[in-house]
Amino acid sequence: MSNHQSVSHQSVSHQTGGPLVSKGQIKVVHIYPREMSIYGDLGNTRALASRLRWHGYEPLVHQHHPGNDFPADAHLVLGGGGQDSGQARVENDLARNSEVLRVLAADGAPMLMICGMYQLFGNAFITIEGERLPGIGILDVTTQGNARRMIGPVVLETVYGDVVGYENHSGSTELGAGQRPFGRVRSGMGNNGTDRTEGAVTGNVFGSYLHGPVLPANPAFADALIKLAVERALGEPFVPGQIDDVFANQARTRQVRRLAG
Amino acid sequence: MAVAAGKMARVASRMRGGGSAMPGLVVEKLDPRFLSHALADLAGGVVVVTGTNGKTTTTKMLVAILREHGLTVFTNPTGSNFTRGVISAMLSELSLSGRLKADLAVLELDEAHALKFAAEVRPTHSLLLNVARDQLDRFAEIDHTARLLGELAAQTTTGVVLNLNDSFVSRIAGRVPDGVLVTYFGVDPSIADRLPELQEADVRFEDDFTPPEPTDADGLLKPHDERSFEVRFGAADQVGPMVLNQRGLAAMINATAATSTARALLGSEFRNATAVAALERVQPPFGRGEIINADGQPLELVLVKNPAGFTVALSTYGNTPVTTMVAINDDYADGRDVSWLYDVSFESLQGRGVALTSGVRAYDMALRLQYDDVAVAQVEPDLEAALERFLATYKNEPKRIFCTYTAMMALRRNLAGRYGLPNFGEEARL
Repeated sequence: MSNHQSVSHQSVSHQTGGPLVSKGQIKVVHIYPREMSIYGDLGNTRALASRLRWHGYEPLVHQHHPGNDFPADAHLVLGGGGQDSGQARVENDLARNSEVLRVLAADGAPMLMICGMYQLFGNAFITIEGERLPGIGILDVTTQGNARRMIGPVVLETVYGDVVGYENHSGSTELGAGQRPFGRVRSGMGNNGTDRTEGAVTGNVFGSYLHGPVLPANPAFADALIKLAVERALGEPFVPGQIDDVFANQARTRQVRRLAG
Repeated sequence: MAVAAGKMARVASRMRGGGSAMPGLVVEKLDPRFLSHALADLAGGVVVVTGTNGKTTTTKMLVAILREHGLTVFTNPTGSNFTRGVISAMLSELSLSGRLKADLAVLELDEAHALKFAAEVRPTHSLLLNVARDQLDRFAEIDHTARLLGELAAQTTTGVVLNLNDSFVSRIAGRVPDGVLVTYFGVDPSIADRLPELQEADVRFEDDFTPPEPTDADGLLKPHDERSFEVRFGAADQVGPMVLNQRGLAAMINATAATSTARALLGSEFRNATAVAALERVQPPFGRGEIINADGQPLELVLVKNPAGFTVALSTYGNTPVTTMVAINDDYADGRDVSWLYDVSFESLQGRGVALTSGVRAYDMALRLQYDDVAVAQVEPDLEAALERFLATYKNEPKRIFCTYTAMMALRRNLAGRYGLPNFGEEARL
């Protein structure tokens, strides 16, 4: 039913409306899709919505824009990377909604914050000029602005296996004492290019620099987020459907082979 | 010394069949002042064309219009838009004194290299096309790209031509030095609703900038139908109607930019009919909607390199769906980050699906299509093998290949061998 296209088939049966009987509704909130999604991070939202459908659930995608109240009933929250001008445009709204986000995070709501939003979920961003821009402190990380950009493909070792992506950031991020990273760098720079950590995880909140976007080619990680969201939304175990991940697995393992041998 | 060394490197690299930039690299190392010396004698000036999308096509159109008016124009071959590519192109045309003999130079330069170039040779004129997300691994941010164009405008000595409808570009008018003439190209207000086909809206924020009212010096695109259009300068003066060999609104706006710039350069010498004759004869540059006769069936080669460009290409070709291949590489010239594929909607390909994905990132492309419910019949990362299979399996039908830059170069070379087409780099002098 939720089977997808494999390499050799000539045609595909479209899964436009999802299965006849939904296993339940999952509310996915994309925070600042206009201001903070310049490197394809919208693809994470697309991937989660499609995978939820293929697993038999019904995704309700909500876009949160500056000036609105953040939906406190979110089951899964996604954020992406932006330009400096995009970050400036969301700062006030993020401060205004920081309490709702902190409560959601403490309550176990899964969140994935990429690049710029990862930095804003930390304690602070310190500009090259030394100015301290406060974050909302959900992740115990501090980012120092840097003249040098860290750009290139990345391979990580994580609890979800190898994770591939692409980093493009000028901030150099340090983890606080006891802060768990998202992964260990096998190839690339990661948080700061020195300690081989990448990203940060607190409870079910994930921060990472990985674009790519990160979820489509790393379905084990995507499904881990979905599992958390489903259990939170429905209070029952996640029942996965059958998804053909041949393309995703090929795309990922080929990058791993190219970059990390 | 540098000229001779460069010419030798040029011969050597042509014998190897190698890259077009190598001889330029040799000269750049030997004589950093080479460019300003070589371009010193051009009475008609040095025109730089830059922006994210349409540089190659627009440059070719502008050169065609100027040559049709009887001028001798030096230009760099398609796509070699770094300074060393310009130098490489010059070597074949230079006397050993190192001076270029031409009326003027029209150079296509990538946004970062345009500024590097301007540090050595200040352009007399610049044409700034648009700003879109492109290869962010190189430029980092679109705001940064816009700043580069602004700095180029500030370095220009005589005239600047700006895109009226792209606020990132039209806003640059404020940075043009006093005494430098600013003119615009854009779309006629009657087709303002089609602007989303030409530029991305999602990275543009509402701001208080209002574009200036166009004057009689500014060229506005007014299409009559899908093929025929004119460029209007005020109420009384129209260039056209005309029909291009390249399809789509993007090609028309490129022609509008080229016409507006030619008119600004030539002044009273500009002839409407001459411009139309030139534009109607221009062939699409290699891989930019070029149509190759493949065993009696048309094969369209369409370069795609960023979300805006791919979106425009899909809408341009969407009304004539044919068997399709997509080839994605991730070398430096392609953009190493393939994230941008997720900022393009591929739903228009759902009907027929995609016959083949290829290139180093063939599986990433197939995966991207899967997430848009577009069926992919085959995945073959090897470009040669994929092309072979594509041509053989779909021999008796029209075909189309969307490809990134280095994939296009490789496919074009292979196709040139198969079907006896001119080689890359020979085109600038045709």
